[in-house]
Amino acid sequence: MKSFAYARAADLETAVQLLSKTPNAKLLGGGTNLVDLMRENIEQPDALVDVTGLPLDRIQERPDGGLVIGATVRNTAVAVHPVVRDRYPLLAQAIVFGASGQIRNMATVAGNLMQRTRCLYFYDHAARCNKRAPGAGCDAIGGFNRMHAILGASDSCIATHPSDMCVALAALNAKVKVVGPNGERTIAFEDFHRLPEDTPHIETDLQPGELITGIEIPPLGFARRSLYRKIRDRASYAFALVSVAAALEVDNGKVRNIRLALGGVAHKPWRATEAERVLAGANAGPESFRQAAEAELAPARGLAHNDFKIELAKRTIVGVLGELAGG
Amino acid sequence: MSVLQKLMETVVQFMPDKAPDPLIHKHGYLGTPVSRVDGQRKVKGEARFTAEFEIENLAYAVPVCSTIAKGRIISIDAYDAERSPGVIAIVTAENAPKMKRPPLMDVRHMDKGFAASDLAVLQDDKISWDGQPVAVVVAETLEQAEHAASLVRVEYDEKAARVSFEDLKAEATVPSAVMGEDPELEIGNAQKAFAAAAFKVDNLYRTPHYNHNAIEPHAAIAAWDEDGRLTVFDSTQFVNGCKHALAGMFGLDGDDVRVIAPFVGGGFGGKAALWNHTALCAAAAKVANRPVKMALSREDVFRLIGGRTPSEQRVALGADKEGKFAAIIHTGVTATTTHAKFPEQFSLTPRHLYASRTMSVGQKVVNLDTVANTWMRAPGESIGTFALESAIDELAYAMKIDPVELRRLNEPERDPTKGTEFSSRHLVEAYRRGAEKFGWSGRPAEPCSQRDGKWLIGQGVATAYYPVFRFPAAVRLRIAADGSALVQAAANEMGMGTATVQIQHAADRLGLPLEMVSFRYGDSDLPDSPIIAGGSSQTGSIAAAVQVAVEKAHRELVKLAGNGSPLAGANVEIEARDGGLFLSGEGNKGETYASILKRAGRDFIEVEETSGMPFEVMKYSMASYGAQFCKARVNRESGEVRISRWLGSFDCGRILNPKTAVSQLRGGIVMGIGMALAEETLLDTRRGRIMNPSLAEYHVPVHLDVPHIEIIYNDIPDEHTPLGAHGVGEIGITGAAAAIANAIFHATGKRIRDLPITLGKLL
Amino acid sequence: MPSPNQTPKAVPIPPAGSALILLKINGVDRSLSIDPRTSLLDVLREHLSLTGPKKGCNQGACGACTVLMDGQRVLSCLSLAVQLEGREITTIEGIANGELHPLQAAFIEHDGFQCGYCTPGQICSAIGMFQEFQNGLPSAVTGDMAAATIEFSDTEIKERMSGNLCRCGAYVGICEAIHSAFDREVAK
Ligand SMILES: Cc1cc2nc3c(=O)[nH]c(=O)nc-3n(C[C@H](O)[C@H](O)[C@H](O)COP(=O)(O)OP(=O)(O)OC[C@H]3O[C@@H](n4cnc5c(N)ncnc54)[C@H](O)[C@@H]3O)c2cc1C
Ligand code: SF4
Ligand code: FES
Ligand code: FES
Repeated sequence: MKSFAYARAADLETAVQLLSKTPNAKLLGGGTNLVDLMRENIEQPDALVDVTGLPLDRIQERPDGGLVIGATVRNTAVAVHPVVRDRYPLLAQAIVFGASGQIRNMATVAGNLMQRTRCLYFYDHAARCNKRAPGAGCDAIGGFNRMHAILGASDSCIATHPSDMCVALAALNAKVKVVGPNGERTIAFEDFHRLPEDTPHIETDLQPGELITGIEIPPLGFARRSLYRKIRDRASYAFALVSVAAALEVDNGKVRNIRLALGGVAHKPWRATEAERVLAGANAGPESFRQAAEAELAPARGLAHNDFKIELAKRTIVGVLGELAGG
Repeated sequence: MSVLQKLMETVVQFMPDKAPDPLIHKHGYLGTPVSRVDGQRKVKGEARFTAEFEIENLAYAVPVCSTIAKGRIISIDAYDAERSPGVIAIVTAENAPKMKRPPLMDVRHMDKGFAASDLAVLQDDKISWDGQPVAVVVAETLEQAEHAASLVRVEYDEKAARVSFEDLKAEATVPSAVMGEDPELEIGNAQKAFAAAAFKVDNLYRTPHYNHNAIEPHAAIAAWDEDGRLTVFDSTQFVNGCKHALAGMFGLDGDDVRVIAPFVGGGFGGKAALWNHTALCAAAAKVANRPVKMALSREDVFRLIGGRTPSEQRVALGADKEGKFAAIIHTGVTATTTHAKFPEQFSLTPRHLYASRTMSVGQKVVNLDTVANTWMRAPGESIGTFALESAIDELAYAMKIDPVELRRLNEPERDPTKGTEFSSRHLVEAYRRGAEKFGWSGRPAEPCSQRDGKWLIGQGVATAYYPVFRFPAAVRLRIAADGSALVQAAANEMGMGTATVQIQHAADRLGLPLEMVSFRYGDSDLPDSPIIAGGSSQTGSIAAAVQVAVEKAHRELVKLAGNGSPLAGANVEIEARDGGLFLSGEGNKGETYASILKRAGRDFIEVEETSGMPFEVMKYSMASYGAQFCKARVNRESGEVRISRWLGSFDCGRILNPKTAVSQLRGGIVMGIGMALAEETLLDTRRGRIMNPSLAEYHVPVHLDVPHIEIIYNDIPDEHTPLGAHGVGEIGITGAAAAIANAIFHATGKRIRDLPITLGKLL
Repeated sequence: MPSPNQTPKAVPIPPAGSALILLKINGVDRSLSIDPRTSLLDVLREHLSLTGPKKGCNQGACGACTVLMDGQRVLSCLSLAVQLEGREITTIEGIANGELHPLQAAFIEHDGFQCGYCTPGQICSAIGMFQEFQNGLPSAVTGDMAAATIEFSDTEIKERMSGNLCRCGAYVGICEAIHSAFDREVAK
């Protein structure tokens, strides 16, 4: 690990100042991703601005029934929150499906959003990786790509976003609140993470000098009936091969409301808008669930090792929706 | 096999058996579930492992590893690294001390120690695998050493490397020997018998690269004294082997090297041979002229320490109408390197398990440019049983016969290939008891016939098998005037419960309470002998030596007691009990050790003894056996597999400590679950580089992968082994992967012959 | 909110080098001067000779380095010590209180280990895990996230403990030890 300077920011203003005025500075949350990457020399900041002392560690209920979750709230604190468990069970579930108990106690909400891919070649200095070194090439394409993207990938990068929590947030239409040298703004969740295109090193819409202050979750009554399902290579403590977050409201056998997002399939948490479109007003049954899954995965492309994920994603969608429909 | 070896095998058949040890049938501490003697220290975090010894003036060393698999170093640019804060030395082939090439494993020369690879360490510019250390950075702190190591730039002249097992297996050749046995063996005309058999199966089975991944990464601390003597703390399974190998490399006398390893955080074969880091640590300490610690990172462990070879095995079985085997054909290929020369012995398994009219077994090996492969828990048998026991299951379905019954039908009366007598084999009994406890007969014969919602359910069974080994061992025994005893052996403790069992044993044999006996081990300054925590041999090897040492001590004590003692000239047998020696059947006629020593004005007596050659292992066919039963649930939608029940029924001679033995057996099964379902070292064949050198991406089983594992055992002593016991350390992993594959077939009707059985294969 | 043309109020970050921190470890205040790169794990093991917490991967992937921070289980290998000013750390060395903690005794009784390398992490993790369970935190195997009570079942324990690898495979003994140490408290 390269030497770095360390500062703990006590208020937002200081944090933004430090971040924007210090060359090559990075924010430090729980450290569970950044410290690991620094140890691997993949991240080499000259300075760390610790955000965990900022007053962003609260979960607030909004008058409309929604929630605002501060950026430094630990993942465990979100999952144990009574309102989250009651109104957004898929969010609590997505969190407890991620990492381990210890990591969830350390990881912050913002850090979870900003965590980087687990692509094996991204982690290996001896490999070529466009994300680490733009223009170098991508060794994952002809290599081990079992964990890699089947949707939205490019010739530059086929990495996936590893977060579970973000899949639930995508389904919930969350918004990311940020602040920077130019003040505050709010970013729609689906615009926050980016597809790789030919700039896989740019992963989010966050601008230099900006930091995340929190997540807004709008009210969503029917999310009380929601599920997160994660398929992985061992029973626990492994990243998703495919995951599905869904909320479903059925009225008289027809889909009245649907939210669907996928994890483990793309460079970003994947909101399944095509499937949602197909399902709107459709019969809440296995045939239309399968049709929706087929529609969503129609553009999917497999590489040698991850072909199975296409069928796996379809089946998991059908399974989760079936369960929510009470089948 | 050499002529001498053949002759030896013939001669031992006529050697008389040793008189059976009376302790085998005596009820004492042995056989009871005594808790580990080091338990307190382990649960309090007080047990010190290698990297945890406090040494004054310690510097930290970090290796720099090659990123090409084959070629030459053109130059090493250490300019930035040298100037990085805290750096003390950078060791490369240019300034490394001279180190001779270490010897490779040879069972006849265990006394020389051995390394996993016989390549010179840091002596030239040749690169033989990706991950080979090319430099070592020594600095004041770990952070400084790690950072400086990242600044070392190496320029290579890269050559095409041979790394793909798939592409090169066709070039495999027959090795000169497999564990000292002929690499190929034919009995009758197996091809013809197979062709004519009423029922047959013939398939290929594949197993991938695996790594041990003991949770303690390999570590060493080395310090030289002014007289040129070397002390090394090393996480090794073989302190004496490590000592002799290092002495040989540095041109030292064995007595000038001391290796210390009181607690080892798991080894599984990965810490048996000497690996580069230990020699590099000693070399770095020499160059830096101060004590140096090299604690490998997890990634370094993957790069510097080899694991299990991949394998491709063909098993063809032919049976007659009655279900008797007409032919067993078991052949295949494994990989090794030109500097490891280790063909993993999968083809020894079929030689000893089932009766068959004909047999054709053999194996080939192909050299790759990778890190040296090595022993990993039950080398040979773990992968051999996967192929063979899957094939037997396939044959059972083909014949519509119960797989347990098929195995019973082919139970041999003598060793199927050596023709020797079994010293103690009760596999059929283990199957009978296991099947009953598991409720095997309640299982529907047809696959795909049990379901629970989205989950398909199946039961599978397979045979577990691991041979018995024993090595001559030396122990030192001290009996003190306070009535206590101290057993000392250069043994190794990596979790088997070695100290606990030997204390139980010595207490029984000396007639002392447990608290009065202690055990010193993990130090090469103790009597020199090839005691290795490997081959499930350590407990038996030491026990045999403790027995002769106690006998010798007793003789000396009787002499010391002299004429004034009730023991003098006794014409009845003398027995050890109540803290001393007493006349058999004559109440308190005798004397305690304390009393004898006090009268003689001695503080203690000390004896040293070595156990004899393991002739019994040649005379008899000796092995641990077992029947593994499991229940698998397979998700129809996702292909996820969950093992929901396990029962292992074992036949491992006498169980010396049910608590620690059950843990060992369970541990093997857990590793078998990983081997079957998730573990795989990913070697990118474009470069020969391991791509998942991390515990996040190499998936060992977690808590939730493991069901309650029930263990039962026959507990029938083997009259011909020390204490009547067989090894229990490795057998647990054998048969486990096959039992799982067989259960998955029973659940789904899908036969997966290619490990690991990841969910994509079941969609 | 800061505006772009406001002059920075923040003191510039001091250059890399050494940092002074105050930690309370096993009840003792410790003032340390460290390289900011040092993880809590290395502070404990290399600077304070508290070698109970183990380094199994240094990647956050094994749990051997688990300690309790203000009562919560965390991975000390991924925690930078500079970040922890004022925190209370409990390592395995601080778990026994004269006598063994009931869980430590249960580990011995149920043989919840072999080599013992993962053990300090397993024990600290289980203590933190039990607190989380008492707090009502659901897990990946809890069907209903909003459930008021959760059963302290084998499956719940195993899922919650899955961040602690044991390569010796002592999982069955560990699970039994956890039951025997905590079942009575659950019943209360
Ligand atoms: C072994 C292992 C297994 C894991 N398994 C899973 C899993 O199964 N599922 C899963 O979802 N995750 C998993 N994780 C990842 C884990 O969830 C993330 O590491 C964690 O969420 C990151 O949060 P943090 O606060 O520790 O972030 P940090 O490591 O502190 O930071 C991560 C990134 O976020 C940036 N950042 C931090 N705070 C802010 C802010 N306020 N504004 C802007 N940027 C910020 C940092 O600069 C950095 O780039 C795993 C991690 C490990 C080590
Ligand atoms: S997939 Fe993306 S992250 Fe992985 S090697 Fe290619 S460019 Fe790098
Ligand atoms: S050492 Fe911290 S998780 Fe492995
Ligand atoms: S006891 Fe050895 S790793 Fe758990």
